[in-house]
Amino acid sequence: MSLVAAVPRGIVLVVAIVLIVAMFVPPLEPLREEFSLFFNIIAAFAFVLGGASLIGRHARKIRRRASGYGYSVVCIGAFGITLAAGLLKLGNPTGIGGDVTARGSVFAWIVRYVFGPADSGLFALLAFFIASAAFRAFRVRNRESTIMLVTAFLLLLGRTFLGGLVTSWLPDRLEAFELPNVIPWIMSVPLKAGSRAILIGVAVGAIATSLRIILGIDRPYRGEGK
Amino acid sequence: MVQLGRWAVMNVTGRRCIYLGMLLAVTVPMIWRISFKEHPTPMVRDIFATIEKLPKNARVLFVCDFDPASAAETRPMEDAFARHLCLRGVGLYCLTLWPTGPIEIDRTIRDVIALEFPSYRYGQNFVNLGYMSGNEAVVAVALTNFKKAFSTDVHNISTHDASRLPMMVPIEDLASFDLIVDVSAGYPGLNEWIPYGAIPAGVPIVGGSVAVGSPEIFPYIPEQCGGILVGVKGAAEYEQLLLEQYPQLDRPECRIALERMGPQTVAHLMIIGLILLGNGIHLWRRHKEAAA
Amino acid sequence: MTRKLILAIVCLALLLGLLIRASSGAMPNPFLDYQNLGLWVGAALTLFALSFLYGDNPFFRFTEHVFVGVASAYWMVQGFWGTLVPKLLANLAPEIAVSLFRMDFPVGVPWTRRLLYALPLLMGGLLLTRLHPRARRAGSWTLAFLVGITAGLRLIAFLDAGFMTQIQNSVVSLVAVSRSGFDLGKSLDAILLTGGVICCLLYFFFSRRESGPVALAGRFGLAVLMVTFGASFGFSVMGRVAVLVGRMEFLLHDWLGII
Repeated sequence: MSLVAAVPRGIVLVVAIVLIVAMFVPPLEPLREEFSLFFNIIAAFAFVLGGASLIGRHARKIRRRASGYGYSVVCIGAFGITLAAGLLKLGNPTGIGGDVTARGSVFAWIVRYVFGPADSGLFALLAFFIASAAFRAFRVRNRESTIMLVTAFLLLLGRTFLGGLVTSWLPDRLEAFELPNVIPWIMSVPLKAGSRAILIGVAVGAIATSLRIILGIDRPYRGEGK
Repeated sequence: MVQLGRWAVMNVTGRRCIYLGMLLAVTVPMIWRISFKEHPTPMVRDIFATIEKLPKNARVLFVCDFDPASAAETRPMEDAFARHLCLRGVGLYCLTLWPTGPIEIDRTIRDVIALEFPSYRYGQNFVNLGYMSGNEAVVAVALTNFKKAFSTDVHNISTHDASRLPMMVPIEDLASFDLIVDVSAGYPGLNEWIPYGAIPAGVPIVGGSVAVGSPEIFPYIPEQCGGILVGVKGAAEYEQLLLEQYPQLDRPECRIALERMGPQTVAHLMIIGLILLGNGIHLWRRHKEAAA
Repeated sequence: MTRKLILAIVCLALLLGLLIRASSGAMPNPFLDYQNLGLWVGAALTLFALSFLYGDNPFFRFTEHVFVGVASAYWMVQGFWGTLVPKLLANLAPEIAVSLFRMDFPVGVPWTRRLLYALPLLMGGLLLTRLHPRARRAGSWTLAFLVGITAGLRLIAFLDAGFMTQIQNSVVSLVAVSRSGFDLGKSLDAILLTGGVICCLLYFFFSRRESGPVALAGRFGLAVLMVTFGASFGFSVMGRVAVLVGRMEFLLHDWLGII
């Protein structure tokens, strides 16, 4: 094994073992905390990497005068203005040392009136698409899809005031079958059973994957070409 | 020009009718101010009781892990929790693991705490610790050394500064808190605070989640997590409980989720109608094909 | 072309009508202050985003690109002020943070700590080499560190909370007793909960069996999973509708002022 391949494997092994052993050996906790803090700092560098990668892609598009390069100009412009407003804390009433999102600053205005509405507006489209999908795609084809449909139906009806009205005629001794009582039961028994089984399955997979990575069997950090 | 076939034209027109119907289903109840009384479910009552039982000056870690896209569901929860916690007189330690979280914390502090609870002093009754990158690694550090994870607040005051942030003095690790309240919209959120924070530290946790992410949390309820508010309905039920317990809160800003349940109900009925209509057409076509 | 012209004229007429309404005080006037201007900008972006329902158009693509640019810059700014300055700069060169950014950090940081925090700076720098196609392999050490941390954290958390705790939660008494004696309802719930988890896991691990008790249990597990997915779909619908309700509330209440 070459040094180039051995060093990353060694890093993974040492770091993971420190984190695992520190749970059982308290004197190692400060080292675990430092490693986790390093992770947090490198995560912030990853944001820089993401931003720079985005700008590079759009800059290449503008240079090539590719189709739709005008939108790339818009993207880079929005990026530049927001970055300048945030890094320089333009218009911030508390100055360069204060909170970056302090009210009255240009950055806070961009976040409140550009980022927020654009984010929510794009997300709100999903409501229309889910209505269209409910009409076109949600079909009763077999037993399993019928169970799924009936559950979704009960949940959508039961989580509104109509749920109580629809079954209000039931006598008191059958109160447990009223929709407002059936829905919490569905959430606390069958839904919990299914979610728990999924979580156990995911946990087994995550434990196996983590062990494979720690032991060097899987090496997702190698990059392309190897 | 491309000539669309008859079915393609009907397809596009039908889709636009559905979109228009959805828009009307949401807008008309809003204009007519249709709203309903909510009947809180046992899980929401349990969460309410957990916060009601908190003693004055209890230390509560208030986490806001969401963004503007999910604010329609999570903001009413955040406001309701903030109001209830302030009414109980507890100390609020606000932070977030989402980069978009700080603007939500700022808004809650400005529109709820500062406006409705003027006796609440920064540094004594509430503190804004802001955002830290790293997702579950932040929780892992905070578990054993909270001030190492959050060494300054958003105003860059050191969390070791006892004169300006006296409420940070007794905080050593996550176990120093009496309760964690997390309003989350996905990753990272409750699914990280419970296994990496609340369970190892032995701290009770309750919270709220967007409806789509709530099934992931149910396996932890009620043993590891006291309960969660699920979507706008959960927020509306909590607001109802707050209004019943604290009648002085009967103001428009304390009824946001309750007001939203009107359009929500009508939209649900429309979706149910569309499912039934779609399946009806599908079964009728199958019957015609079988007969042919 | 005629249709686009008509559409443009209608939109301009609507805009003029809204501006007249704003000048009368019935809705926020964008020329009065920056907050009101922001409301109009937010409303415009919301409407541009929703215009996708008619079809892809330049207004939607403009909103899309503005959002992507602003979001990337926002994350960078938060990463810088939220983490890099208070965690990296405060340990590596607090004097710069104090003099340049007027931060309140202690400057007496020992050189051993400064040397230690040169490590994440170096690793972060190596990560940035991924921007260059020829230098991207240099970032593999940093990626290895990130992967190692994640693997170590997740192994323990999933083993504890995701595996052992969930099994502990599932192993409950199947005979529930309340103050009035045997509780049939709670007992049935416990049997369904524990049985449901076991049957779902049997379905995951033994889904190839065609017949027999294991296959039967697997089919019951599948039914429980279908209830889970149906509930997830219901919750998903609720969530998406709630976002639309929030946006319409912004348009009708905050911007137009008609509710």
